[in-house]
Formats: sequence, structure tokens, C-alpha cells
Amino acid sequence: MIKIDENGFYGDFGGAYIPEMLYPNIEELKENYEQIMASESFKTEFDSLLKDYVGRPTPLFHAQRLSEKYGVKIYLKREDLCHTGAHKINNTVGQIILAKRLNKKRIIAETGAGQHGVATATVCALMGMECTVYMGAVDMERQKPNVERMRILGATVVPANSGSKTLKDATNEAMRQWINNPVDTHYIIGSVVGPHPYPEMVARFQSVISAEIKAQLLEKEGRDSPDIVIACVGGGSNAAGAFYHYYNDEKVRLVAVEAAGLGVTSGKSAATTQLGKPGILHGSKTLLMQTEDGQVVEPHSISAGLDYPGIGPVHAHLFASGRGEFLAVEDEDAMIAGIELSRLEGIIPAIESAHALSALNQLKYKASDIIVINLSGRGDKDLETYIKWGNY
Amino acid sequence: MAMNRIEELFKNKEGNILSIYFTAGFPSLNDTMGIMEAIEEAGADIIEIGIPYSDPVADGPTIQESNTVALNNGMTLKILFSQLAELRGKLKIPVILMGYLNPIVQYGMEEFCKKCEEVGVDGLIVPDLPMKQYLESYKGLFETYNLRNTFLISPQTSPDRIREIDRETDGFIYMVSSASITGAKKDVTPEQIAYFERVGDMGLKNPRLIGFGISDKASFSTAAKHAQGAIIGSAFINVLREAKELKKEINTFIKSIKA
Ligand SMILES: Cc1ncc(COP(=O)(O)O)c(C=O)c1O
Repeated sequence: MIKIDENGFYGDFGGAYIPEMLYPNIEELKENYEQIMASESFKTEFDSLLKDYVGRPTPLFHAQRLSEKYGVKIYLKREDLCHTGAHKINNTVGQIILAKRLNKKRIIAETGAGQHGVATATVCALMGMECTVYMGAVDMERQKPNVERMRILGATVVPANSGSKTLKDATNEAMRQWINNPVDTHYIIGSVVGPHPYPEMVARFQSVISAEIKAQLLEKEGRDSPDIVIACVGGGSNAAGAFYHYYNDEKVRLVAVEAAGLGVTSGKSAATTQLGKPGILHGSKTLLMQTEDGQVVEPHSISAGLDYPGIGPVHAHLFASGRGEFLAVEDEDAMIAGIELSRLEGIIPAIESAHALSALNQLKYKASDIIVINLSGRGDKDLETYIKWGNY
Repeated sequence: MAMNRIEELFKNKEGNILSIYFTAGFPSLNDTMGIMEAIEEAGADIIEIGIPYSDPVADGPTIQESNTVALNNGMTLKILFSQLAELRGKLKIPVILMGYLNPIVQYGMEEFCKKCEEVGVDGLIVPDLPMKQYLESYKGLFETYNLRNTFLISPQTSPDRIREIDRETDGFIYMVSSASITGAKKDVTPEQIAYFERVGDMGLKNPRLIGFGISDKASFSTAAKHAQGAIIGSAFINVLREAKELKKEINTFIKSIKA
């Protein structure tokens, strides 16, 4: 059973390891989020924005040529068709409504590739809220178009200049700014990471993905569960959303795909479950890439969205309990899978999502299986990386 | 519990207590000894040594940088303990280690506490250790190894929570001076003073030291009016970073605060 306990733990992982200065913020959220999310007016507003603004339900597409190539029936859950181009907006829509109901006036967020930053800037524009996004200085350089998208949407983008100047440092900076602005500001975390209740709250906003898969599969196949669900894992929000309603359906194999970077043993990797040990980062106990002395190690992946040294605590639990199967895909193989989908189905995937696609090459399955791959985002933001790679 | 230097200090001295923070391994790996001696000689009352960490979420730019430099210099808990083992006998001043939880749990909490007692550490401040977990898992260890534990409070901490923290703290309470990460600031505002007074009037059993943003004689004096004393961190790190002659400049800085 995947269940969160009263202290915010999934098995051994989770919790809220935060400085006392954040305790009131986290308590306020913890005391209120379930009640707010359970209210009819919240559900109505959330569902209507997902439908008319995000464009949900996203299609469940039978990818015939891809299916033929791999000799198995493959469906793609088209999160790439969400407004702003990735699943990230499911969560930001939910959290902005929540923030309004908590009477917050300002929003802060961290971002790596910029997808979550764009999704946050977007809903802030929609709701007329002030928005500041923290982004590693290195990522701002790598992801210029997304920086400008956020600015066009009216957000302020602030470089995080500490540490390695990437996602982990942007998250540190957002937490610091939340300490500095504890009363009027809500922090929209972009994945199933952070102190409790964030991991569960974000998973619930993303759970619309598997709720839709169930209904759509029932219609297409006469059964509501596939044999296998595959999703990529950075922090793990798209995977948590795609797995959510299948956690306790043991017949469904849950396959989480991490970024191996240049190879798991190359020293330039982000395959947290293979390289990490239990540790504490950004407020939760989880698997963490770290040195013997407990210093956090810099990950590497060609895809900025998977370039994170930890994973959400729910995934650490899926790994430790054996409920999830964890694979790692190298940069090169992800790029090949991205081009393959482009050629076979006319869909250019985000490089994060291409990791999930490439898992088909490693996975053992039966010809009679039905596989759902969560296509978490589209490749527009990655054009420059595709072009630089050049092998198409 | 056996007597402990932190307790003795607060028993013998009621006010104007000055605690000085620095990051172990900054500016150079082997400065620990010299800095500690200079702090004691200059007449400060407590030394708070920061264990460097890659991701110090409660710290502002100054201490972030000192952490990065210290890690690049190769500082680790093992090295820090061996430095402290050599020099602790020469100093009388209470010593507190301040560090984030992950390096400590990787070292092993019991081993860590044991080592702390061995090298003469008197107390701990672990900002991201939740009180609940402390009570359930670590309190017994801290007691076994005669370590006093300090929790933080901030202007947003509710009165009930402050009482709970007061119950479970056994050295002093660390009053974070404003809703803020660490970093040197200019003046103490009227809102801050109202918060100092509000907490001061609660009749807590523990003494209080005010920290974060205390940087010079003026802010120290204001803080010391509303609590038993104050902690200076970032401003001291700034002195260390710029110092040509460490000992002399530490002495000048601390004397200027105490004057
Ligand atoms: C398209 C896409 N997929 C996946 C991710 C990884 O995040 P998560 O693991 O939280 O789904 C990102 C993050 O930026 C993304 O943009």
C-alpha cells in the first residue's frame, strides 16, 4: 500500500525537515490543504480551469507505428498537449487556487529547465498575482527562451548564484525567500519533493493524469488498467500522477525512468536510485546523491528537468518496497528515442519524456501487454539541444 | 545531567552574553584553532562553529559563501573533530556545533554525539531537525552525551509553540531576530523590538540569545537589552574574509562589540 502517514512519511521516506522559521508556513498549508481541496467550490474551479484553460482531458493516443516497431500495444498519454507544453501546469493551477484561498498575495517558485517556472508565471498572470521565479544562473544561460517566456508573462526571474547554480540551488533560494516572506507569500514547488505536505499535495494535483488514463482505457480497451505504466522521473511529479490510481493495483507494473546522463558509473549521472543513499534534502528524507560526508553531489543529465540529485519520497518508497521498477536511460539513448518518436508518430517529445520512451528498449514485456507511456512534455523547449546533438 | 559549560555560563552571567559564529574551514582549513583562541581571548562568551554544508537553506549569501569555501578547502566532520580534539583542552569557553542534519546523520547520530562529548562540545544547534523527531529519536542520545540542544524561534512562531520549544530546550533559546535568513543588517526595527518584548514577557525558563542580523555594537546592545545576549555570524565572517592578520582583527572586532 502506498499511503502517507500523519507525519508525511511514505514508509521510511518523507517528513518535514525544515528550519523553525518555515514551521508556521508549512503548518498553515498542512492544516488547510486537504479541507480546501475537498471543498466543492475548489473542485469546480480546478476542474473547470483544467478543462477550459489547460485543455484537459489530454488524449490517450494509440501510437500504432511505435507499437508495431516494439511488438506491443502502446498508448501515449499526451501531457505534451497541455497549455504551456507539459504536465507541470496541472500542479500550478491547483496551487494557485489554493494560494488564493489562503489569502496569499505573492507567488515564488523554483525552476530548472524553466517548464515549471513558465507554468507558474502563466497561472500568476491568469490570476493577477505577483510572481518571482528563482532559477540557477547556469540554467538561465542554458534555457534562455523559457527565461524570456516567464518575463513576457510578467514574472521576475532571479538568478540563484550559490553552489552549482542549477535546480537544487534554485530550490534552496526559493526556500530562503519563503523564510524571508512568511506571511503573504506562497511557494509553488514544482515536483513531488519538499517538506510534507508538498509531495502528497503535488501528487494529488497530478493524479488527474491516471484518473483520465483509467476512463480513457476503459473506453478503448474495455479495461481500466494497462499492464505497464512508464514515466520519467526528475523529482517525480509526472510519474506520481501517472501511477497514482494504480499504486494499489498490483497487477499494473509501474516503471520509473531516471536519467543516467553519460552513464550510471560515469560520475555524470542523475540516476538517484542507483547512486543515492537515504539522506535529507529540501525538507524531506529521500534517496539522495551525496558524498560519504553527506554533501549533496551535482547530478548531470542532458535534460534539465531530470537534472536533480534526489527524487520525491514516494518514489524512494516505491523503489525500496519493490513496488516500482526503476530503469536508467543515458543521454544518447534518450535523444535517439526522441527522434524515433518524431519520425514514427510526428510528435517531438521533451527530452525528459524521451527517457521514458527509450525504456522500451530495456523493458521485458509480453506481446499481449498494453503499455501506457506518459508523454510528459513537448520538445519545443529542447529544439536547441536536438540541434546541437544534430544526429537526425 | 552533569554540569555543562553552557549552563555554567548562564548561571554566572546574566546579560550581555556574546556568542560568535564562524564556519569551520573558513577562510582556510586550519584556521579553526587560531580563530577559537582569538575569540576566547577577546572576551566573547560562546563559540558557535558551523559545520559546512552544500545546501544551507537558512543562510544568506555571506554564510553560503563561507560554506562553499570551507568545503572547497576540504573541511569535513572528521577533520573538524580531530582539530577540536587537539585544542579543546586549551580553551574554557563553551562550544556549540551548528549544522544541518544530513552530514550529521551520514556520520551517524550516536557516533556524532559521542564524538562531540569526547572533544568537548557542549551543545548543538541543528536547524532542520524537527522537534518531534528529536524527541522521538535523539533526545536520549543528547542527554547521554551531555549535549544541550537549542531550538530556534522566529517572529512567526506561535506562543504555544514557543512554550513547547521552551519545554524541550535545555541550553538557551535561539531567537531569530526577524523573518529572515542569516545576514548582516543595518538597524533593529520597532517591530523586532515588539517581538523581543513579547517573548521576553512570556517568562520562559530558558535564557534567550538573539541572532541573525546582529552585526555591530549598536545592534548587539539593542538585542542585549531584550535578551541575555546575542549571536554574531555573518558580520564576523565578513571580518574573517577581509582579515590580513586574523588574530588581531578578531580581537579588534570583538572588543568593539563589547566596548
Ligand atoms: C516535460 C517534463 N517532463 C518531466 C519533468 C521532470 O519533472 P517530474 O519528475 O516532476 O515530472 C520536467 C521538468 O521540468 C519536464 O519539463
